[in-house]
Amino acid sequence: MSDLTALTLSKALEGLRARRFSAVELTAAHIAAIEAARSLNAFVLETPEKALEMAAASDARLAGGTAGPLEGAPLGIKDLFCTKGVRSTAGSRILGEFIPPYESTVTANLWRDGAVMLGKLNMDEFAMGSSNETSAFGSVVNPWRSRESNRALSPGGSSGGSAAAVAADLVLGATATDTGGSIRQPASLTGTVGVKPTYGRCSRWGIVAFASSLDQAGPLAKTVTDGAILLTSMSGHDPKDSTSLPAEALDFASFVGKSVKGLKVGVPREYRVADMPPEIDALWSQGVEWLKDAGCEVVEVSLPHTKYALPAYYIIAPAEASSNLARYDGMRYGLRVDGPSLNDTYELTRAAGFGEEVKRRILIGTYVLSAGYYDAYYLKALKVRRRIADDFTAAFERVDALLTPTAPSAAFALGDKAADPIAMYLNDIFTVTVNLAGLPAISVPGGLDVSGLPLGLQVIGRALDEGTMFSLAGALETAAGFRGKPERWW
Amino acid sequence: MALDATTVRKVAKLAHIRVAEERLAPLAGELSAILRWIEQLDEVDTESVEPMTSAVAHGLPMREDVVSEGGAAAAVLANAPRTRGGFFVVPKVVE
Repeated sequence: MSDLTALTLSKALEGLRARRFSAVELTAAHIAAIEAARSLNAFVLETPEKALEMAAASDARLAGGTAGPLEGAPLGIKDLFCTKGVRSTAGSRILGEFIPPYESTVTANLWRDGAVMLGKLNMDEFAMGSSNETSAFGSVVNPWRSRESNRALSPGGSSGGSAAAVAADLVLGATATDTGGSIRQPASLTGTVGVKPTYGRCSRWGIVAFASSLDQAGPLAKTVTDGAILLTSMSGHDPKDSTSLPAEALDFASFVGKSVKGLKVGVPREYRVADMPPEIDALWSQGVEWLKDAGCEVVEVSLPHTKYALPAYYIIAPAEASSNLARYDGMRYGLRVDGPSLNDTYELTRAAGFGEEVKRRILIGTYVLSAGYYDAYYLKALKVRRRIADDFTAAFERVDALLTPTAPSAAFALGDKAADPIAMYLNDIFTVTVNLAGLPAISVPGGLDVSGLPLGLQVIGRALDEGTMFSLAGALETAAGFRGKPERWW
Repeated sequence: MALDATTVRKVAKLAHIRVAEERLAPLAGELSAILRWIEQLDEVDTESVEPMTSAVAHGLPMREDVVSEGGAAAAVLANAPRTRGGFFVVPKVVE
């Protein structure tokens, strides 16, 4: 296997600009790596011909001096992003062979900047899941294995294909989306960097909707700098998304490596949950020490409503999903199962097209929005959401950022949690608060547990202050010196 | 609150999802467990708290009421299960 796939995105971009290798060579190396890694099931669609075509065009622009900031960089795209002329399924049977006649804004931004598409990445169906087991295309296998056993582990979810592809060096970086932790939890479970920007930084236009007030796109990457480079290209105001913020895309990479001396970082005491594995607690304490060594002042803060974030999320997200997914009626695109009447056709189509977890969430969402229950559940959850956001506002009066673990455990075996929805939901206990409040957060690999599996640390920033977040993440990355890569068994 | 099979049948009807008769009771159990877990929200004092409906503080932007991208009927129909003469073909809606 060529070692071009071992490069980070920033090193690869340097090499391309210096013409040490061509975009076609770099892309071909990644295509070969993808073909050799099919047992991971990270891709639901490989687009090698398109990739080589795009790479050749990149080489022409590199030669002609018109190269974009990502010129020639081969990336993977989560299958939640609509890609023009390329099948997009959201990991669901109900979209069938849907071929979008348009391109999502985020992916259009990447192509504008010269990136190359390797294919579409596997994910939990409609991004509903934390293990990638709800995908209609089957589970993704985490490239990491425990030292004790060869059992297949989950890469986390919902962006499991994106995380596995980055961890296994199949792509230089990947797009992902995060509604309750779907970028950061997989990053933590695969030793990669996952960035969820401020709500509204990245346009949602052309991303299949799950819960619109929570969904946000971001990158999965090999390093903090790579994540910053990708976010700069992905983000920016888009008039086609009414919640897109009128904020300029910043050069986020310029914040990585900046001194964090004098920054005040909060450690929320409510995140020290009962039955937290001691190794995660230890890594968190280590993170505090790393930031102190880098010159930060670390103080304890309180986010009193933390424990109510997940239950509030499991009203708000299913409510929005039940409304968003009403569009899948078998009439205009995707699957149609004919019945004797129009209503039968709707019901049979949706019964056949949606998987069990998606159905569960649509039913919960329909119930909490139904007459008589709206106030007790939905309105109550929106009020709790406000209290959670207010907790953060109060904390950010005292500190510049927060440090927490990303996930409550290392990668777990496929099948271990699939039978218990609530056990699965608890994976997002440290990540979901940020979605409710609309804040930016990043997961950085901190080290390995006793079984040799990666664990992540999360930095949460103020709204639109990704800069400080990237500086702190860079400091943690440097201090952790994490160079872990899964041993190749696939 | 615990959901019974009758309520699940009603909700499934509202959601336009056909649920097999033998799945109603197990689903009622699963959904009830989730709702019981959710009900810890009752512990939170939300008296005089404004519901938070959006993660962004700014208001919704207005734009001119004009066609921005039109004339794309073929693209709109391209993924339809059935079309005829530039239209979607759907089951009969009125008798």
